[in-house]
Amino acid sequence: MKEEGNYANRPSNTAFTQQRLPAWQPMLSAGVVIPGFLLIGLAFIGIGVGLLITSRSIQVLELDYTGTETSSPCYQCTMSNQSNCVCKLSFSIGTLFKGPVFFYYGLTNYFQNQRKYGVSKDFNQLIGDVSYFKSPSSDCQPYQRVNGKPIVPCGAIANSMFNDTFKLYQIINGKEELVPFDGKGIAWWTDYNIKYRNPDYTPLKNAFNDTEKPVFWTKPAYELDTSDASNNGFINQDFLVWMRRAALPNFRKLYRRITEGNYKDGLPAGNYSLEISYNYPVISFEGTKKVTFSNVSWMGGQNEFLGIAYLVIGSMCVVMSVVMLIVYAKFRFPEED
Amino acid sequence: MFLKCSLFVEKERRVKANSREYNDKFLYADNRIKTSKYNIFTFLPVNLFEQFQRVANAYFVVLLILQLIPEISSLSWFTTIVPLVMVLVITAVKDATDDYFRHKSDQQVNNRKSQVLIRGSLQKEKWMNVRVGDIIKLENNQFVAADILLLCSSEPYGLCYIETAELDGETNLKARQALSVTSDLGDVSKLLNFDGKVICEPPNNKLDKFTGTLNWRGNKYSLDNGKMLLRGCILRNTEWCFGMVIFAGLQTKLMQNCGKTKFKRTTIDKLMNTLVLWIFAFLICMGVILATGNTIWETWIGRGFEMFLPWTKFQISTVFSGFLTFWSYIIILNTVVPISLYVSVEVLRLGHSFFINWDVKMHNRQTNTAAVARTTTLNEELGQVEFIFSDKTGTLTQNIMVFSKCSINGTIYGDVYDEFGHRMEITEKTACVDFSYNLLSDGAFKFYDNTLVEAVKQKDPAVQEFFRLLALCHTVMSEESEGKLVYQAQSPDEAALVTAARNFGFAFWARTPESITVCEMGQVVTYQLLAILDFNNTRKRMSVIVRDAQGRLRLYCKGADTIIFDLLDPSSTDLMHTTSEQLNEFAGEGLRTLALAYKDLDEEYCDVWMKKFLFVSAVLENREDQLAALYEEIERGMKLLGATAIEDKLQEGVPETISKLNLANIKIWVLTGDKQETAVNIGYSCNMLRDDMTDVFVVSGHTLTEVQQQLREAKERILSLSRVSDARNDEENDMFADDSVFEEAIITEYALVINGHSLAHALEPQLEIVFLDLACLCKTVICCRVTPMQKAQVVELVRKHKRAVTLAVGDGANDVSMIKTSHIGVGISGQEGMQAVLASDYSFAQFRYLQRLLLVHGRWSYFRMSNFLSYFFYKNFAFTLVHFWYGFFCGFSAQTVYDQWFITLFNIVYTSLPVLAMGLFDQDVNDQNSLRHPSLYKSGQNNLFFNKRQFFLCTVHGMTTSFLLFFIPYGAFSVMVKEDGSHSSDQQTFSITIATSLVIVVSVQIGLDTHYWTAVNHLFVWGSLAMYFAILFAMQSDGLFGVFSNIFSFVGAARNCLSEKSVWLVILLTTAVCIVPDLFVRSIRASLFPTQTDKVRQLQQSCKSQRPEEQNLRRARRTSSRRSAYAFSHQEGFGELITSGKNMRTSRVSSTCSYERTAPSSKWIENVIKRTNAVSCISFGSPNKQHQSLKQPDRLNC
Repeated sequence: MKEEGNYANRPSNTAFTQQRLPAWQPMLSAGVVIPGFLLIGLAFIGIGVGLLITSRSIQVLELDYTGTETSSPCYQCTMSNQSNCVCKLSFSIGTLFKGPVFFYYGLTNYFQNQRKYGVSKDFNQLIGDVSYFKSPSSDCQPYQRVNGKPIVPCGAIANSMFNDTFKLYQIINGKEELVPFDGKGIAWWTDYNIKYRNPDYTPLKNAFNDTEKPVFWTKPAYELDTSDASNNGFINQDFLVWMRRAALPNFRKLYRRITEGNYKDGLPAGNYSLEISYNYPVISFEGTKKVTFSNVSWMGGQNEFLGIAYLVIGSMCVVMSVVMLIVYAKFRFPEED
Repeated sequence: MFLKCSLFVEKERRVKANSREYNDKFLYADNRIKTSKYNIFTFLPVNLFEQFQRVANAYFVVLLILQLIPEISSLSWFTTIVPLVMVLVITAVKDATDDYFRHKSDQQVNNRKSQVLIRGSLQKEKWMNVRVGDIIKLENNQFVAADILLLCSSEPYGLCYIETAELDGETNLKARQALSVTSDLGDVSKLLNFDGKVICEPPNNKLDKFTGTLNWRGNKYSLDNGKMLLRGCILRNTEWCFGMVIFAGLQTKLMQNCGKTKFKRTTIDKLMNTLVLWIFAFLICMGVILATGNTIWETWIGRGFEMFLPWTKFQISTVFSGFLTFWSYIIILNTVVPISLYVSVEVLRLGHSFFINWDVKMHNRQTNTAAVARTTTLNEELGQVEFIFSDKTGTLTQNIMVFSKCSINGTIYGDVYDEFGHRMEITEKTACVDFSYNLLSDGAFKFYDNTLVEAVKQKDPAVQEFFRLLALCHTVMSEESEGKLVYQAQSPDEAALVTAARNFGFAFWARTPESITVCEMGQVVTYQLLAILDFNNTRKRMSVIVRDAQGRLRLYCKGADTIIFDLLDPSSTDLMHTTSEQLNEFAGEGLRTLALAYKDLDEEYCDVWMKKFLFVSAVLENREDQLAALYEEIERGMKLLGATAIEDKLQEGVPETISKLNLANIKIWVLTGDKQETAVNIGYSCNMLRDDMTDVFVVSGHTLTEVQQQLREAKERILSLSRVSDARNDEENDMFADDSVFEEAIITEYALVINGHSLAHALEPQLEIVFLDLACLCKTVICCRVTPMQKAQVVELVRKHKRAVTLAVGDGANDVSMIKTSHIGVGISGQEGMQAVLASDYSFAQFRYLQRLLLVHGRWSYFRMSNFLSYFFYKNFAFTLVHFWYGFFCGFSAQTVYDQWFITLFNIVYTSLPVLAMGLFDQDVNDQNSLRHPSLYKSGQNNLFFNKRQFFLCTVHGMTTSFLLFFIPYGAFSVMVKEDGSHSSDQQTFSITIATSLVIVVSVQIGLDTHYWTAVNHLFVWGSLAMYFAILFAMQSDGLFGVFSNIFSFVGAARNCLSEKSVWLVILLTTAVCIVPDLFVRSIRASLFPTQTDKVRQLQQSCKSQRPEEQNLRRARRTSSRRSAYAFSHQEGFGELITSGKNMRTSRVSSTCSYERTAPSSKWIENVIKRTNAVSCISFGSPNKQHQSLKQPDRLNC
């Protein structure tokens, strides 16, 4: 009895309280690390080779049309006060450009990731909340109001929407044949269906009463695509693509797919002409404008970086495992007490 | 009124007895003690105020304010306030519980009852209601409630005895005597009319000093310390006493001595604060760089980009824009100063404290006390201790003296032999001698050698004389308590000797100033006591001169062997040589020895001597010396009887613990209030002092110059010797060629013993460095006769000049100051006093638990905390600096890479639990191996696991990781296209890719840092990853967006992004690139430069299969020839008290004049003796009658 009493304050003798929980105590032993490194290395080299080969098989055609050089066909459009300037860019394709071909526009030195630029929009307007049409968020400054009227959609992002348009012609026997562009589903499904919504107004125009279009826009939001209601207003695909801000100052955004008609299997070899209606100014901040044709593989577009990086890391691992092997062979772990 | 009180500086204290109106004028402190900090109403404001005084918390409030300014707010306010509130709440809860326990203990003390004379009668009053000037009554074994002036007591001459263990650690009794004018007030009615007025010094912390005067009835009486009973003392051996309260509550000497509780900070705490400042500076640097970048960007690019992003009205110029950006970046990058760091550290420490509390191996069965971590903030410091300051009594020793062996007439008794004649180790199982034949025996006394009993029974004259001496030659007082014979000895050694004699049949029964009554083998014999030749430090012996019933005169003497041997009659030479050898043997076992001798005196010589003695006793000048000479004269020519060996029982496992701690490179200093002899003896028995030490320096100078010289000499001796040994080792010589001697270079071992008055000089500013240097060159340092304040000073000295962690361990109130001064204070609990425990940071029942506390818990705590911090800094750098790199690509606009929710949750949800699990459960080496390899401890002392270099490495590691985390996705993303051809290089995809990589990388990293994967670790690591993905998808779900479209703008991003093969390829690549080099470095380091830990781990793994058997560290027997001298811990002067009869009850002193009054006590004695006689005569003849004697309604302890 007395003995028991003396245990009254005794802490409980469990594995947890006594810090004796069963545990796995891994150690970096040579037997694990060297083969591990070798395996990782080989796997990475494998992936790297695969990526590189895939990447090399992807065709990419990139054309700069900024027009800074006088030789450029778009040079004259960079001159001042040219409105509705159209320039044509000719190029030829040597072999079949396998389809589906994607057509991108690209901008460089363009800071969509600038913080103040990034916040300059009003979520509530863009989900179609009409009450915010009248009083846009102050984040939109200085594109909140114009002439005392609220701007819809307000803010710098919407205001600066890319507005060059492109038409691609294949020149067959001296005749220009329009290559059909497909602009459906180029934006994210969630953006199109959830993040951006038009107000429930028919016609859409009524929702925009007493509001102004963004300053740089030539037409209001409800006229972005008058032909297709499901591509109009805030859920216009080009608008959505633009609103998804790029992470880096050099970026490209999908403009159209080439999937239809004769061009289902790609762009055949031949001469092409790209008609650009040149509206978007980039010269002032030393930006450039590009268009890119590309096709994709299982891993997306062309991306040499990934393949090379994998190869480098893979070979590094192999080298490390060899170094470790030498080290272990030379300096055995001292087995003394 | 309050203001007046606080401004009032007391110059002298005036107290009038029984007059509260008078005393109230002075606003003296009442007897309430308050150690708590808050009450219910003040808690919130005070606690918040305290918390915001912490730099980190204040910093986050500033951040919060910054975030509310829209122009620079780069992050939503919730990213800061959520963690901040969590931190504040957790800390507040902890503070509240701490304070609650303080309230409880305060209340317990304040509500103790004491008897106070109020309104004409004695009333029970709570301690807290006792006021200055009150007269209180104390009873035996009660704590003294306040500092009181002794007025009268139940004992004659107003004497009373107190035990001051709480104050100075000494357990021997001290006598206090009231003024003779007040000593006869022992009656309530008389006391009521007492209106003396005391004028005395203001409250101070000097325990041994008191000056004041009592004015009463027109006379002045001076008061000194001998008339004071201080709070914390216990009344002993005195039925009751009355006293007048002079100081109460916080003004008592005990409380004044306690000193302010310093807030203890650990080394890592301080380092952490420095590092946080560095990080802060680093943060500002980054801010400046980015702000400059912003100015340049705005000038060159932003100006052109104004077409799409015009400057707002705030943006007056590019420079101003840079200025705003600076603040924005401070907000974004604030996570490099991790807010959750402090709270996580607190949580870890709390966890470690619980593990200490829960440790079964630190639970003491005898006292049923478990170890308690009373302070929860110091645990990792336990892994870095370099100096231990230990009290002796009650800490190293049990303060129990045991009569373990003796040598009588050349024969050793006390060893036990088995049937083969081998000496056996005495353990708990060894059968002890049955003393039941002796009615007067003390049941607690244990002896193992039956031959001695036989010798007594056979009436061996030498043996009988031996015990007769022990029964006669002492200053012990006897009394009856609950029917038992109880001895009150002023030192435990004497009690042990007298008790031994009692058990062997020579029971000291009673004494008067002129006689000693002994029950010798059942027969009452009264000896006439002629003189007590008292003990003192130079004599190192005491003698008594007695006349036995037959009229023979005899002198009995006991004392230090060296002294006694010089005084022996030549006839004892042979015996002396034998005994001397035996004494060596005893000393070798660490026993305290005493030699016993006697001398027959003839009547005439004695008469002459007595006359001289009386004459000299009356001499005023030079009395001490003359007395000493006279004593020596009569003590010459004694015959040796034998020697005793007393064991000063060490606490369990002390020598083993000390040697373990020594192996762990911890220096142990013993600071004791005890005498030098005692302290040195204990030093030897617990292996701190050894015979193989090169030198033991004893510093005992009385003046500054003496001490200085002794210190210098000792130091020079060490230096010269080490130079010699240096010269011998040619190879090492070059390293230490210059004159300065490295501590490590000293191969030979030294010890330093210094006593209190020398220490007082050694601690003076001009000597303290010399002293410290010398002390640090020595392996062992013993300071004896030190006051509580000196203990603290020594600790302070080491703290100040050595950048080392100090730990003080003690059990009494005299250790409180040292416990509070040291970095870590450890209290030994389970003893009577609680003062030390209350002041301590850790408490447990036995000194030996210290090795587990330090080598296991301390080391683990330090190891865990270090790894935790390294990882924490790494993690936050890796997390935050991505923003820095991104700054160069987003126009230095303070754009965050991650989603705001990710920033909010990263530290508190996604990555907090795995690192906490590591910080709580990780073990590199298990507890057994930690104890078996004490050298593992050194890495803590040298601060190897977490220091500035380590911090630098982990921040660089973090920076590299952030660099890779940013630039690999950057490289991949510049041209990234999704499988459906749409671009995927948008901000949100980029953000999720980096965030996911980051979470995976830091999870893998914590996996690498974890050495001990328990189920909890698995749960937390995998759980956190799962949690990340769950929250990620939940936050970006359509549903949440529908509810709060403003806040969850990342809707759908995770789905779109993480369904891409290429994104996963990027994540895989990033993870591999971040982890592989680290893994490589780790394995190379482990094989090329394996640390001690690695080796032990290797060993642990390889012998996992075999269960490690319990180590059997047996106490090595010393082969020393050193002998302890007369090491009684008692003072001189008691002999005089006895012969003067002052400490006898009036009844006994005046036995001749009023016989009736003594009758009861005499009768008691006689009754018992009659019975004893009757029984013992039978039992001596026939042991089987023992049972009969037991059955008798006898109140004596058989």
